[in-house]
Amino acid sequence: MSFLNGIAASSGIAIAKAYRLVEPDLSFEKKTIKDSMEEIARLHTALAASKSELEVIRDNALKKLGEDKAAIFDAHLLVLSDPELIHPIENTMKNELVNAEYALKETADMFVKMFEQMENEYMKERAADIRDVTKRVLSHLLGVQMANPSLIAEEVIIIAEDLTPSDTAQLNRQFVKGFATDIGGRTSHSAIMARSLEIPAVVGTKDSTEVIQNGDLLIVDGVRGLVHINPTPEVVAKYEEELNSHEIQKLEWAKLVNEKTFTADQFFVELAANIGTPDDLEGVINNGGEGIGLYRTEFLYMGRSQLPTEEEQFESYKTVLEGMSGKPVIVRTLDIGGDKKLPYLSLPEELNPFLGFRAIRLCLEQQDMFRTQLRALLRASSYGNLKIMFPMIATLDEFRQAKSILEDEKQKLVSKGEKVGEKIEVGIMVEIPSTAVLADQFAKEVDFFSIGTNDLIQYTMAADRMNERVSYLYQPYNPAILRLIKMVIDAAHKEGKWAGMCGEMAGDEIAIPLLLGLGLDEFSMSATSILKARSQLRTLNKKEMEKLAAEALKMGTAEEVVHAVKKI
Amino acid sequence: MVEKQFTVTADTGIHARPATLLVQAASKFNADIQLEYKGKTVNLKSIMGVMSLGISQGGEIKISADGNDEQEAIASLEETLNKEGLAE
Repeated sequence: MSFLNGIAASSGIAIAKAYRLVEPDLSFEKKTIKDSMEEIARLHTALAASKSELEVIRDNALKKLGEDKAAIFDAHLLVLSDPELIHPIENTMKNELVNAEYALKETADMFVKMFEQMENEYMKERAADIRDVTKRVLSHLLGVQMANPSLIAEEVIIIAEDLTPSDTAQLNRQFVKGFATDIGGRTSHSAIMARSLEIPAVVGTKDSTEVIQNGDLLIVDGVRGLVHINPTPEVVAKYEEELNSHEIQKLEWAKLVNEKTFTADQFFVELAANIGTPDDLEGVINNGGEGIGLYRTEFLYMGRSQLPTEEEQFESYKTVLEGMSGKPVIVRTLDIGGDKKLPYLSLPEELNPFLGFRAIRLCLEQQDMFRTQLRALLRASSYGNLKIMFPMIATLDEFRQAKSILEDEKQKLVSKGEKVGEKIEVGIMVEIPSTAVLADQFAKEVDFFSIGTNDLIQYTMAADRMNERVSYLYQPYNPAILRLIKMVIDAAHKEGKWAGMCGEMAGDEIAIPLLLGLGLDEFSMSATSILKARSQLRTLNKKEMEKLAAEALKMGTAEEVVHAVKKI
Repeated sequence: MVEKQFTVTADTGIHARPATLLVQAASKFNADIQLEYKGKTVNLKSIMGVMSLGISQGGEIKISADGNDEQEAIASLEETLNKEGLAE
């Protein structure tokens, strides 16, 4: 047996067989053939096999993901019977007497190139569809197995280089017990996804796809960041025991579902959840969330070919607001750009996307899109307790502009007789250091702050959080970060406003005592972290944590801070 | 041979789902069916051909069919275009 070290991205333990979500080796040699009829028959057998595979995938997608997502596989099926693709392949085999693999690749590559050269961003994406389909046919010609995540029918642990949103969309939650990936960190998409699916994950193992084979027995230890490969029965037994005691612990935590969150000395704080779609509501309610601290609306815009309509958005917002039955729901307006792209917006590539045209910067320029979202939000506001926040605010002027657009849409709706919630709090994400430093001025105009630590840390430390080589600079406990957080919280309180946090840090065991001591009012985290955080907060004494935080602010390094927290 | 002219009304133009629907409809017939847009003609039974045209809203398209079931083909395609709100 052996094991791999990685980053613990989603806690828990999973024991199951490995399923490699890895592209198989599709290399081949160009060969001269004698009988082109035989080769054409081979091609058609591969095409037919690919078709029946895709039909199953399409039907699965239709059942699980709806017509919209299934449509892409309909298009793939049509490519497989496209006469403009098949005839040239057949002709190449007949005229040049080359093998089917070569003829297929040559012809498909020509189409890929043609689509890639088109100006329209959407058309460029179609090149990927042709590549996908070609790979499937090639795999049948070569007799190798493609990974078909939507066809998984037993409990597995997914092994991949990285997991994209479209990979995860295809996975059957019932059977996927855990993830291990080669790359990524705690805030990468795969990590966030694992936490929202409540399954254990270890990311950044560097070579899981190299050393793990399909069917290997694995233990994913999302607590310590370990992946055990074909462990001995003793190790399995030890983990099964831990799994049991973890279940018992979970039952203990579950008793806190309907409790409010009070510290040992009876101070109240609010524990809210971060969500991406209305589907996440169930998890929030099951885990005793006292509100939604961050509703990431960009998922409404992703994985589709055009902007969501006002009606579609209205329905989603209404579902979430009604589902939370009057508890606060903070909706973040569209935060796209950076690492999150929308092909249909045709935005130019940028050298520094995280410092570029994204979030509120994009919304203030593409106002039609922004106004549509605001209208949908305003119309939904009468169905619950809505609060709106703008992402990536760097200057007061940006906030004023965004707020005046919101007011403008509100007046228009009211004058048309639409029902709009009476008191909608309007706040901002604090994730840019300039805004944290100037928080005292912002506090006079906003209703609340929500500190977005993932970005605040990367901008303060000038370290790209997607770049593994500078990941040591991702230091939530660095006193520089703590001081910025303190400035924001103090500024809010001075104006009688409140301050929350919706980054990963808010649910972190080490950070929680510090944040409590700094006076944070609302902690928003993955739903699965809420009960654990609540049980931790019940043991903490706020007055003592204030002293701890005051000491931490005077320290020089993150290590000293961690050491001080661990002593309590 | 029969042909018919349409104006595209779908706000996304004819790619993705609309293209899929048209090709699926055309593939049911024996007739050769061509689609013309901005002086370029493609086989309407070819998804890649149709997508490569990049037809946008307001575009003028011409569909022509040639073969024993050409009448039925044009009628069926017209029905698909109208029913799905793609063109008129």
